[in-house]
Amino acid sequence: MNDSLHDFEIFLLLSVLKVAVVLVITLMCVAYTVLLERKLLGRMQNRWGPSRVGPFGMLQPLVDGAKLFLKEDLMPLAVERPLFLLAPVIALGCALISVGVVPFGAVTRVRGVDMFEIANVNIGLLVILGITSIGVYGIALSGWSSNNKYSLLGSLRSTAQVVSYELALGLSLVGVVLRAQSLNLRTIVDSQSAHGILSWNIFGGFQFVAFFIYMMAAYAETNRAPFDLPEAETELVAGYHTEYSSMKFAMFFMAEYANMITVGCVATLLFFGGASSPFGHLIPAVGGRYVQAILPVFWFVAKVFAFLALYIWVRATLPRFRYDQLMSFGWKFLLPLAMANIIVTSFVLALRG
Amino acid sequence: MQLALFIIFGALALGGALNLLFQRHPINSALSLVVVMMSLAVLYWSLGAEFLAAAQVIVYSGAIMVLFVFVIMLLNAGEEERTNGSHAASIVGFPGAAAIFCLLSFVFLSERDALGKANVGGDLGNGADNIAAVSQMLFTRQLLPFEVTSILILVAILGAVVLARKEQ
Repeated sequence: MNDSLHDFEIFLLLSVLKVAVVLVITLMCVAYTVLLERKLLGRMQNRWGPSRVGPFGMLQPLVDGAKLFLKEDLMPLAVERPLFLLAPVIALGCALISVGVVPFGAVTRVRGVDMFEIANVNIGLLVILGITSIGVYGIALSGWSSNNKYSLLGSLRSTAQVVSYELALGLSLVGVVLRAQSLNLRTIVDSQSAHGILSWNIFGGFQFVAFFIYMMAAYAETNRAPFDLPEAETELVAGYHTEYSSMKFAMFFMAEYANMITVGCVATLLFFGGASSPFGHLIPAVGGRYVQAILPVFWFVAKVFAFLALYIWVRATLPRFRYDQLMSFGWKFLLPLAMANIIVTSFVLALRG
Repeated sequence: MQLALFIIFGALALGGALNLLFQRHPINSALSLVVVMMSLAVLYWSLGAEFLAAAQVIVYSGAIMVLFVFVIMLLNAGEEERTNGSHAASIVGFPGAAAIFCLLSFVFLSERDALGKANVGGDLGNGADNIAAVSQMLFTRQLLPFEVTSILILVAILGAVVLARKEQ
């Protein structure tokens, strides 16, 4: 240990390390979520899915990545060049930044720096919501700058859909915030970690209505089935990314899966107790310090993985909505339900004092 | 470091505002406005007003400007013609802008004691939790202006519904 380093230098170096590790792990998760989706979808449709590259097709993401890197990068003549190049960067950037405020494990301090969260922000929840709302620009601009009617239609659909469902999504989280009395993600997790599974917001907090509103709105926000109208291939070729090729297409693709991971993280943090164990204090603290530090991370990853599997399951099960059904579902059903949830939750909390 | 943040994002806000005026395509202007709002949000944050910063990003950049961009895309607005501007605009515009600038500076300078001193970046380090204070203020002392504003917005929504409704 070199004690000649100042506190600030330690903080800086450890922060850079955290950012690098989290970024690499997130990108690897994105790559392997694609494989997970193809495998699970395959099994649900009674076929094998990718199985040729490596054992059980485990090397498929690497080969896919190499393929996308080596493909010819076509640049259509009629596009608005600066915005066409900027759009995938916005989409992927926003998708990756929001992981920065997610706490992955219990508070574990190494030389004063919390190792399992990049930035502990007082308004962590609002930061995630804000970054998600900025991510719309990636889709909107890609469709507009492509100068292609299918792309434009896809991005118009997507923008309208995301703006509409953002309201229901934001309102569904208010109940959780009321219970935790904070927007800090660590505090929200701590408010549910007292008695394991019984004190999770979805069970003990009676926020299951909010949870279902959140999941439906989040599926619409990430443009996933059954709300994947922006890229409805039977109507719009491929929607907003029709004109993109090679790595620029891959950036949209990665942004979609990174957003799925973020949604899984937020649902875990807000409704399923984050990194806390589902058994509470029933299981004695076995192992040393290191096991106790890693175990919460294991619970967190397991929960996020369950949400990713749910995403894929829903995609394999449900057909796509019609556009007017989508809008009336969002505005006439989810939004009033979210407001009713807020009123009931605050009423109960006020009665309890 | 906090002064550096202030200088960088202040310059970014100014540059975005100028770019907003000089760009000829409406979508570029709208995006410059987004840059201005995001830099303002960072400035709010560096002053310790983190809730205001988040609200600025979510409401202005994430909702209102998205609708601006949406409308520009939907109407497929083309590039503007470069004109020299009307005569009246140059006669009234420059003195008007100067007058507003002078008035605002006068008010801020004369009410300096009441407004208090802003500590640039001073509240960034210790992570003040001011959401409770903001809501306390909004729902007790500022309740009437708050409710009147929400009624104003409701009236605007009703007006939009009336305009958009089809005639039977």
